[in-house]
Amino acid sequence: MTATLPTPSDTTTAASPSRRRASAPRVARESPLSRASALIVMLVFTLYFLIPIWWLFIASTKSTAQLTSTAALWFADFNLIENVSSLIAYRDGVYLKWMLNSVLYAGLGALLGTLFAAMCGYALAKYSFPGRDAIFNVVLGGVLVPATALALPLFLLFSQVGLTNTFWSVFLPSLVSPFGVYLTRIFAAASVPDELLEAARLDGSGEVRTFFTISVKLMLPALVTVFLFQFVAIWNNFFLPLIMLRDETLFPVTLGLYAWNSQVNQIPELRLYVLVGAFLSIIPLIITFLLLQRFWRSGLGAGSVK
Amino acid sequence: MSVDVGSGVVRTPRLRSRPTKVLVQHKKAIAIFIAPFAVLFALFYLIPIGYAVYQSLLVIEREGTFGEAKEVFGGLAQYALVFQNGPFWQSVTRVFLFGIVQVPVMLGLALLFALLLDSPLLRGKRFFRLAFFVPYAVPGVIAAIMWGFLYSPNLSPFTAITKNVDFLSADLVLWAIANVVTWVYVGYNMLIIYSSLLAIPSEIYEAARLDGAGQFRMAWSIKIPLVLPAISLTAIFSIIGTLQLLAEPQVFRTFSSAVSSTFTPNLTVYTTSSIPNVNLAAAFSVVLALTTFVLSFGFLKLTQRKEAK
Repeated sequence: MTATLPTPSDTTTAASPSRRRASAPRVARESPLSRASALIVMLVFTLYFLIPIWWLFIASTKSTAQLTSTAALWFADFNLIENVSSLIAYRDGVYLKWMLNSVLYAGLGALLGTLFAAMCGYALAKYSFPGRDAIFNVVLGGVLVPATALALPLFLLFSQVGLTNTFWSVFLPSLVSPFGVYLTRIFAAASVPDELLEAARLDGSGEVRTFFTISVKLMLPALVTVFLFQFVAIWNNFFLPLIMLRDETLFPVTLGLYAWNSQVNQIPELRLYVLVGAFLSIIPLIITFLLLQRFWRSGLGAGSVK
Repeated sequence: MSVDVGSGVVRTPRLRSRPTKVLVQHKKAIAIFIAPFAVLFALFYLIPIGYAVYQSLLVIEREGTFGEAKEVFGGLAQYALVFQNGPFWQSVTRVFLFGIVQVPVMLGLALLFALLLDSPLLRGKRFFRLAFFVPYAVPGVIAAIMWGFLYSPNLSPFTAITKNVDFLSADLVLWAIANVVTWVYVGYNMLIIYSSLLAIPSEIYEAARLDGAGQFRMAWSIKIPLVLPAISLTAIFSIIGTLQLLAEPQVFRTFSSAVSSTFTPNLTVYTTSSIPNVNLAAAFSVVLALTTFVLSFGFLKLTQRKEAK
């Protein structure tokens, strides 16, 4: 296994591919025809990917009446602010509560989940002890077990101990990320040199302290990747909250919007709230991805290359 | 070259052969590192799986018609019911059909985009990379709601199309859902393949370039074979995802009467558990998890054998 893994020093270059290839001579011999067809393919699909989101944005700026009566892909009266404030005011601000719940479930869950996965992956990579391979194989089996397959058994278990319809019933299962253990183990093996750990030991630093002060920094791209993907997995998880929660003040925003969407036929004004709410709910994720992309992209490379 | 993810999943790389008696150093630190994950993994993965298997082996027995319900051991009775359950197997067939079409289309597109991003044919790569990835930030439920509106004749910006083609009809709704799933996940798969393309050392291309190979030839003969491990990884996650379809069809039930309560296997599990017949639902879950596991594992083995040749 020759490692083509990014070592800590070249993770930054891996994050900027254009620079990496810049040393190769700019190839001018590609025919204009192939260039044009490549561009056309990409432009057509850009429309495919972005028009739905553009439509959602436009729709959330319109009044209910204009939703069906005006051109769907362009602005009518700009009512976004009014729409947002009436969405927030609706049913005592339950929408804000849902957003807050989602942030708590996904943000806190992914943060702790990443920490636990990193500690475990790091230990599997950097220490030898009996049962290490067994643990790793069981965890890998866990990667192949889909989260939705666990939702029903979790529900049955939680109802035995009376924990269904609580914050914990959705929060606690989200803390487990087998894929995180897998990714951090690979990354720790490649990017935390044993010599450095030895040096830290000679300096009298304890193992746990070394992990938090030195190793965590070296593993940062992998940690950001695990955090983001765990964050998205929790944010998108639908089955678990659907089956666990009855009390709508505990809903994450996806379940809340789903519930509203199911009532559109009885309460027509909900249609606009669903659209505005959906638009607002995807903004935090897009921003998070944009802000952190430098880190998670190099981490993603580690996962797929190995 | 690079070792594929696939082999890592089943064969743990033996790092070093060790003498049989090892003095384990840093016992306490290892315990501190592993314990939190291990406890949570046991509580929320292993025990639930065991509990589902246990529940699936029980049957409800009543004393008389209105007597008290009692759970007794029923052996494989629930599994016999699973195999006799027509709607469940129809739903399994439906997602198989879905997967056979949707997964290759999605991964084919993802590979095409990744290759174009990696080729010198294209400018504005940063923009395309981001634009294609943005849908991944949209949760399945929200994407389904959004596309549900886009498909409906009176709200859609594409009324010219939706007035003539009913995407929500019984014939087309499965493919309407396939489009939503593709829309969300193409960019994500593209990035995984793209980052593995970036990891190919550029020296490998030199010889091909000297031989006068064009972009197409290089993609076909060098790049695609080298990123097969990444493609098989994305394929495995797609197989798992397909068999677990729930949110999108569940949302589409509000837009279309063509989506039944047993449209996908997971919907069947949900419907059965809320009837409620938890023991049968548990048996469904176990069969479904096993099918997923066998399929993704089998696919892994298959691709590994091909690579070994």
